[in-house]
Amino acid sequence: MLDTFTLRRMPLIQGNKTPATVTDDISGLIGQKPSGLWYGAIVLSFSMLIVGVAAASYLIATGIGTWGLNNTVGWAFDITNFVFWIGIGHAGTLISAVLFLLRQRWRTSVNRAAEAMTIFAVICAGLFPVLHMGRPWLAYWMLPYPNTRGSLWVNFRSPLVWDFFAISTYFLISLTFWYVGMIPDLATLRDRAKSKIKRWLYGFFSLGWDGSYKTWLRYETVYLLLAGLATPLVISVHTIVSWDFATSVIPGWHTTIFPPYFVAGAIFSGMAMVLTLMLIARKTMRLEDYITVRHIDAMSKLLILTGSMVGLAYATEFFVAMYSGNPYEEFVFMNRASGPLAWAYWIMVSCNLGSPQLLWFRKIRHSFVGVFIISIFVNVGMWFERFVIIVTSLHRDYLPSNWSNYTPSLVEIALLVGSFGLFFTLFLLFCRFLPVVSMSEVKGVLHIGHHHKGSTDERTSDGRDIPQRERHHERGKNIPVSSL
Amino acid sequence: MNAVKIFRSRHYKIADVYTPYAVHGLERALGMKRSRLPWITFLLGITGAGLKVWFEYWTTMVDWPINVGGKPWDSLPAFVPVTFEVMVLLAGISTVLVFFGVARLYPGKRTKLVSPAVTDKDFVMVIDEEDATFDPEFVRNLLFDLHAIDVQERLTEETGK
Repeated sequence: MLDTFTLRRMPLIQGNKTPATVTDDISGLIGQKPSGLWYGAIVLSFSMLIVGVAAASYLIATGIGTWGLNNTVGWAFDITNFVFWIGIGHAGTLISAVLFLLRQRWRTSVNRAAEAMTIFAVICAGLFPVLHMGRPWLAYWMLPYPNTRGSLWVNFRSPLVWDFFAISTYFLISLTFWYVGMIPDLATLRDRAKSKIKRWLYGFFSLGWDGSYKTWLRYETVYLLLAGLATPLVISVHTIVSWDFATSVIPGWHTTIFPPYFVAGAIFSGMAMVLTLMLIARKTMRLEDYITVRHIDAMSKLLILTGSMVGLAYATEFFVAMYSGNPYEEFVFMNRASGPLAWAYWIMVSCNLGSPQLLWFRKIRHSFVGVFIISIFVNVGMWFERFVIIVTSLHRDYLPSNWSNYTPSLVEIALLVGSFGLFFTLFLLFCRFLPVVSMSEVKGVLHIGHHHKGSTDERTSDGRDIPQRERHHERGKNIPVSSL
Repeated sequence: MNAVKIFRSRHYKIADVYTPYAVHGLERALGMKRSRLPWITFLLGITGAGLKVWFEYWTTMVDWPINVGGKPWDSLPAFVPVTFEVMVLLAGISTVLVFFGVARLYPGKRTKLVSPAVTDKDFVMVIDEEDATFDPEFVRNLLFDLHAIDVQERLTEETGK
């Protein structure tokens, strides 16, 4: 594989698949007994989740005082985690919606899992602002509903309210997109299900799908519309997240570069998380034929692109701060690079700007271990990016007497661990009960019925191979006419 | 897809085609019209956005005006983000609901599949037989010439795989 000269020749899906084998491979994953690795992973992530639940219960019972926040540093771990998780989600929407609009066919193998990742990441993200409210049981006050407090409405001029609307919309649209994309596959599972409960459950959620082309046509239209809506949505969501900072007057936050910088960073971090998850899933779930070197290669290139955009943003931000002539801006940036939290700043720069540049080399891009290690570095780097932006802008403000430092408390660390636990638990359960790869979409990119060498004929649906398929097509066209 | 083209050119009435995945180009072969769903999405999006702008003005200017940081009552730029989100939300969710409606997809619906493997690997073409000149034998041969795996006659419909 590594010796192949051009990438074009590499098949998207390996192993000469037919629709029947795709169904068998992917649905087979759901029926079979999970591997020991899966059990190990679910035990680990579920224990992490329990740690998080315990920390959250203690937090709700006691209060925000259990966190390491102080008067100067009012936002730290929680908002870092929130922005981090929201960012992770964005790559899922990029793969499922933006690449769909751009007709990138490689997305078909990874879009289902990436969308699942989006939904789980948004769930993790949503928890942090709710927990930060201090009285999470009143979170519904964010909704503008007629109430007995004189009908006190939410303040639509506040970026935090924008954020509430952005995140809820993003969650609901992602969920809809994911579910609509899954209906044909759920029908496939329904028709293969052995047990009555499974047949009923998959049948219930597949809404009576029967593969009618009339429905397919409308379905494709709906899918296109949702993709068209999700694309500006994903940009708006992280733009609004960045406005949480940019509309304030804090040096280091109050900058116009934030929206594009945040969107690029979000896609960058999410793409790294997709790579991490996909490379694990590829090995543990034997998806080697579906997630091939071409997918990893394409995602690595996106990582270089977005990583370089993020790097450019770091440089621009620094330059503008120095050039602005504003001593407070200058101070914040010098403090970031050389103050008490300089170590975090340099972790961020080396992980996000440095490590993805290694992907320029084809050898590294095509080494699954290499890409996996880089993706972990990027995940770490992007978490630190949000930490640096939030904490270094706050901890030394205008009055030196206000200066303080920030150390996370155990509860905060436990909550971060718990959010990873929740994320991986949900993802592992998804791998177990739902099709990880979009079967109906992969079948569509198998080159069946097209005049390409090396693919199989549309009538060999039972898996038989007809080698000279092009001649068959010619016959199909000519014989009936001559037999007139 | 060839079979569809040939049958259409011979004026057979194709009731529907059942496929395991969306075959691109088949809609042209079948002569189907484009879906009108985008218009519905557009209208719903506009409605959502319009209602939301009205709601934002009504809550912040009319029902209970609160001065936050001396911002002007008419703060349209600040209303844009939420308006956009609500537009996307309403357009997206209701488009899907309308689609479920017109395609008659609902939870718990009992399906009678034309072939048990139509969601797996089978391509099924259903031809309506209304005409007196309909020659089942000829159609059968034609379909087998087109590499059909199986041809079945059913009481209300004829099915060619």
